[in-house]
Amino acid sequence: MGTVVSFDVPVTARHDGSLDDAIGWLHWVDRVFSPYRADSDVSLLARAEVTTDGCAPEVAEVLAACAFVRDLSGGYFTSAPGGQFDPSGYVKGWAIERAAALLTRAGSADHLVNGGGDVQCAGGRGRDGEGRCDPWRVGIADPLHPGGLAIVVEARDSAVATSGTAERGAHIIDPHTGRPATGLASLTVTGPSLALADAYATAAVAMGPDRASDWTESLEGYEAFAITDTGETWQTSGFAGHIGRG
Amino acid sequence: MRRAILAVTATVAGLVALLSFKTHAASQQPVASAQPTTAVPPGGRAVTGNVANTAYGPVQVQVVIKAMKIVKVNILEQPTATAHDLQIGQFAFPKLIAETLSAQSARIDSVSGATYTSGGYVKSLQSALDNGA
Repeated sequence: MGTVVSFDVPVTARHDGSLDDAIGWLHWVDRVFSPYRADSDVSLLARAEVTTDGCAPEVAEVLAACAFVRDLSGGYFTSAPGGQFDPSGYVKGWAIERAAALLTRAGSADHLVNGGGDVQCAGGRGRDGEGRCDPWRVGIADPLHPGGLAIVVEARDSAVATSGTAERGAHIIDPHTGRPATGLASLTVTGPSLALADAYATAAVAMGPDRASDWTESLEGYEAFAITDTGETWQTSGFAGHIGRG
Repeated sequence: MRRAILAVTATVAGLVALLSFKTHAASQQPVASAQPTTAVPPGGRAVTGNVANTAYGPVQVQVVIKAMKIVKVNILEQPTATAHDLQIGQFAFPKLIAETLSAQSARIDSVSGATYTSGGYVKSLQSALDNGA
């Protein structure tokens, strides 16, 4: 079962092959990292049939990044939710960030890649002859009112990731208790890297509202916006600068 | 800008267990869906997508296009065999429709946090756009 990745790109990307490359990359990531494929590197690792040396080098890179976020979050982020090795919580954002970087390397100044609600932007929209453009406008889904938007975030060369308990039920496990996290209907993180923004958002939801508030405030280069189960909202001190009008 | 929403669907299968919480028994047949509303606003043109077969049953959508924009999405067929299917129909599809409509709004480029995704919805939607283009 998959997610959907949509690309908002200049039409040139369709012709220079970079879009095909980005899609090919995502399929490659799926083959290597999917826990639902018995022959993926991740599945082989989970069954201890290989070591990381026998995997694609990207696997070690992902594991190192997962360990970084785990340590930074005091163990609230883990590459083994429920005890089973499964780095999907990091891989999705990472794969989308890389897909966007691939377009940048191919010469695209302005694009937006959205994978299942996690967004990586480059440049902006409506660039004119003098190079001026508007920021991308990313709506944050309102977890308590399906179909509605809570706020709009303006993004240039940055990522927007949202995790939460409201949408798919309480699916984020607090690794310290082994029980589903509660308290935050959704938490959005914005910052340069989608891989980190997504992992930070997941860790913060696992923490719950009290801990998440201080922790997200401490993250350098990243800002957060949260909606609690009861509909209250809070945000880190630098988040206001990212909010778009209406 | 030379802006084209290509809405390319790449299946990053398995990275997120989206609608696949439970696998249905293969023998389960979807029951006919609730009466769909397929009203077409004045000046609009309805384009029907192909039926996309999913693990949960067939999904078919219809889009109403007006002045080069999707103004409405109708779900013509959806799985309704189980309580879980009903949840998809009552919660996920409205969300996907809202996402589809807002994603092409002049004021919103994309939506974060709407992680419910149905491969069947997108497949049928894409074919509707292909048929209508």
